[in-house]
Amino acid sequence: MKPVVIVGAGPAGLRAAQTLVAHGVRPVLLDEAARGGGQIYRRQPANFKRSAVTLYGFEARKAKALHQTLDTLREQLDYRPDTLVWNAEADALDTLHEGRAARIEFSRVIVATGATDRILPVQGWTLPGVYSLGAAQIALKFQGCAIGERVVFAGSGPLLYLVAYQYAKAGAKVVAVLDSSPFSAQVRALPGLLSQPTTLAKGIYYRSWLSAHGIPVHQGATLQRIDGEQRVRSLNWSDAKGEHQLACDAVAFAHGLRSETQLADLLGCEFAWNPLNRAWLPQRDSAGRSSIAEVYLAGDGAGIMGADAAEMAGERAALAVLEDAGHPIAPQRCVQLAQSLTRITTFRKGLEQAFIFPEHWAGQTADGVMICRCEEVRAGDIRQVVREGHWEINRVKAHCRAGMGRCQGRMCGAATAEIIACESQRAVSQIGRLRAQAPVKPLPFGLEIES
Amino acid sequence: MIEVDAIIIGGGIVGASAALFLSKAGRRVALLERDFCGSHSSGVNYGGVRRQGRPLSQMPLSQRAHEIWGQLPQLIGIDGEYQRSGHLKLARSLDDLRALQDYAASSQGFGLDLQLLDRAELRARFPWVGDVAVGASYCPDDGHANPRLVSPAFAQAARRHGAQVHEQCAVSAVEHDGQRFRVSSQNGLELHAPWLLNCAGAWAGSLAEQFGEAVPMHAGHPAMLVTEPLPLVMNASTGVEGGGIYARQVARGNCVLGGGQGFALDAARARPGQQAVIEILRQAVELYPFLEGAQAIRTWSGTEGYLPDRQPVIGHSSTQPGLLHAFGFAGAGFQIGPAVGQALTEIICNGASSTPLDAFSITRFHSISVA
Repeated sequence: MKPVVIVGAGPAGLRAAQTLVAHGVRPVLLDEAARGGGQIYRRQPANFKRSAVTLYGFEARKAKALHQTLDTLREQLDYRPDTLVWNAEADALDTLHEGRAARIEFSRVIVATGATDRILPVQGWTLPGVYSLGAAQIALKFQGCAIGERVVFAGSGPLLYLVAYQYAKAGAKVVAVLDSSPFSAQVRALPGLLSQPTTLAKGIYYRSWLSAHGIPVHQGATLQRIDGEQRVRSLNWSDAKGEHQLACDAVAFAHGLRSETQLADLLGCEFAWNPLNRAWLPQRDSAGRSSIAEVYLAGDGAGIMGADAAEMAGERAALAVLEDAGHPIAPQRCVQLAQSLTRITTFRKGLEQAFIFPEHWAGQTADGVMICRCEEVRAGDIRQVVREGHWEINRVKAHCRAGMGRCQGRMCGAATAEIIACESQRAVSQIGRLRAQAPVKPLPFGLEIES
Repeated sequence: MIEVDAIIIGGGIVGASAALFLSKAGRRVALLERDFCGSHSSGVNYGGVRRQGRPLSQMPLSQRAHEIWGQLPQLIGIDGEYQRSGHLKLARSLDDLRALQDYAASSQGFGLDLQLLDRAELRARFPWVGDVAVGASYCPDDGHANPRLVSPAFAQAARRHGAQVHEQCAVSAVEHDGQRFRVSSQNGLELHAPWLLNCAGAWAGSLAEQFGEAVPMHAGHPAMLVTEPLPLVMNASTGVEGGGIYARQVARGNCVLGGGQGFALDAARARPGQQAVIEILRQAVELYPFLEGAQAIRTWSGTEGYLPDRQPVIGHSSTQPGLLHAFGFAGAGFQIGPAVGQALTEIICNGASSTPLDAFSITRFHSISVA
C-alpha cells in the first residue's frame, strides 16, 4: 500500500507526523535538512552543545518539545532527512538523497514546505556581507557564528527585531535596526495584534531590550543602498529627516516571508491571489485540503502564519488525511484547532498592518539595481521588456531571464513581480503567476538512480 | 468587423513569419494567437537551427530558411542569440557512422558541406565529446538561437510592418460563406478575409477536420533542461544519430539539453517528467563528460504536432479554396518556419511557392482513415 508522505519536518510536518502516528498510521517524513525542526526551530549540529534557551530564547520550550517529538517518534516513522523533493507528478514525489535519485509514490501527501525571506533588493545587496534575515538567523542558530562584526538589520517583519535581539544577546555588535514601517502603522495595528497578547509582548520585549541596550531603532527608515568593494563597508538609509550613513560590515534584510509553493504547484494545486500575503497561494480549505484530492497543505508553505499556527495546521491537515481515509477522529479537536487558527489569523492581519509592505519600493528602485542575481537582470532590464509591451510575468521572464536562474525566482520572483506591476501600471495581482518548473532546487548530472 | 486579405491562426514562428512577409508585401493581415505569440513550441523548443539530418524533401525549404536566418537582425530587429556554431551529429556505433556517411552522400548538392570525422578527428577537433562517440558528421554553417526571443520577435516585426497581431485571442468559430472566411474570436472580434492560414501547430488538426481534411496528428512533448552557466566548452550544437539527446551551450554558459518525451498537463501545457529528465542527465555525462557534477536548474516541455511520417503539412487545402495549412513540424519547425512563412506568402501573392511543397500536401493522408 502506498504510504502517506509528509514533506518538511518543521513545526507543521512534525505535528502532522505525530498525529498520524497517534492514529496508527506510519508516514514517510521527507526533510531537506539533516535534522528536523524546520527553520525557526532549526537544530544545531549534533556536536554543538549550546542550550535550548541560548538558541531559542522564549521559544526554547516549544523548540525542545518539537525536537523531542521527532526523537520519540523516530521508530514509528519512515524518516528520511537530507532528502530533497525536486519534482512531483500525479501520485509520486521524486527525491534526491546523497546523490541518489529515487521516486516515492504516495496515497496522500501533506506539503509543509515552509517559507523563505521576501527580498526587496537595494543597490549593493549582492555584496559579500549582505544576508537575508532568515539566513543571518540560521548562521547564528546552526553554525554559532555571526554574519559580521558590526551588523545592521533592515527591512520589516517580526524577524527583524527577533534576529537583531538574538545577535545582540549572542554578543554581536548590532549597529542599528532600520524598520521600514512607520510607528503610526504599528499603533494602528495594535487591535489586531492584541488577539495574541503573549506574542505581541515578546515583540515589544525585543524592541525594548534593544533600545535599553543602546541599540538605535529607527522606524519609517528606508534602506537606500549598501556600499563596499570586496564586502560591505557602509550603508545609506533615509527617513523623514533626510539621508544618513552608517559604517558596518554586514547587513541582514528582508520584508517578511514568502511561502515555498513550488511543490504544491508541481502537484497541480489550484492557486489564488492572497492579498494578505501579497502572493499567489495554493488554495486550501480550513483543514488544509487542496484542490487535489490527495494533496494537503500545512504551515507557512501555504501562507505565512508563523510557527504556532504551523503546528496546529499540521495537526489539522493530518486529521483531514485520517478523516478522508476513513479513520475515526475526534471532531472536538478539529473545532479547537479551527478556533485557535482563527485567532492567529486576526493577529497575522495585525502584523501585516504593523509591518506594512513598502508599496513605494518598485517605483523608487533605480534601473541599475540588480533584481535577479542568478541571471544578472537589473530593474531597468525588466522595465525595458515591459515597455516593449509585455506584462505577464512568465513572458517577461522569457524575454529578460528574470527568475530563470538557479533560484528559479524563489529569491527574486516577488521583487520582479513588483517591478513589472509598477512599470505596466497594473496591480501586482494582475500580471500572472510565475509557474513552477522542476527541479525545485538544482539537480546534479551524474546522479545514481534507485530502481 | 475587420476586413483583411489574410487571417492567420496561430502566432508561432510559422504564422508570425507569414504575417511578417505578407505585411511586407503590402497585404493586410490579422494574426490571431490564443496565448502569447511564440509562447508554445516555437518559443520553448531546443533552439536548434539545423539543416543536417532533415529528410531530403525538406532541403530546398531548409536551404531557403538558412538564407533568411543569415539576415535575421535586418528582418526582426534582434540577433536572437543566433550563432552559426556548426552542428555535430555524433555516431555511437559504426552502423550509426555508416548512416551518417550515407546521409552525407545523399545530401550532396544541397550545400550542407558536411564533414565526416572519424574517432581521431572528432577527438582532435571536439575534445569535449565523450568516448562513446566513434565519429561524427559536422555541418559548419548550422547553429542555434534563442527561441524565446526569436519567435515572438517575428510577431513584433510583423506588427511593425502593419499586421494586426491579436494575442490572448482564441478563435471560436470559422466558416466560409462561399466568398470568404468569417472568423470570430472568443473576445468578440469578427474578421473576414479571402485567405485563411492554419498555422495552429499541435492544435491545427481540428480546423483541418472542420474542412473535411482530418489528419492523423498526435501531440508530442519533447523534454528539455538547462544547466547553470558553465565555462564555455561546446563550440557546436550537437545531436546523436538514431535519436537520443541533443545539446548546445549558449554564450552565457548555460547548456541546453533535450531528449525523450514528457507528458501533457492539459491540452496546452506539458512537463518533461522525472523519467525523461533522469535519462537526459544520464546520457549527457556519457556524451559530454564535462557535465559531470554540473547542475540542471530548470526543465520544461511544450506541445508539438506530429504526423505519422514526421513530415509537416504545408500548402493548399484540397477541399476549401483559400485555406492554406502549415503545421505538424514534428519538433523541427524552428529552422524552416521562416521559409514556410515566405512560401505561404508566395502562394497568396504570386499564385505559387517558388520552393516545391508537393511532398507536404495534406492529400497524402486522404486515403488514410483517421481513428
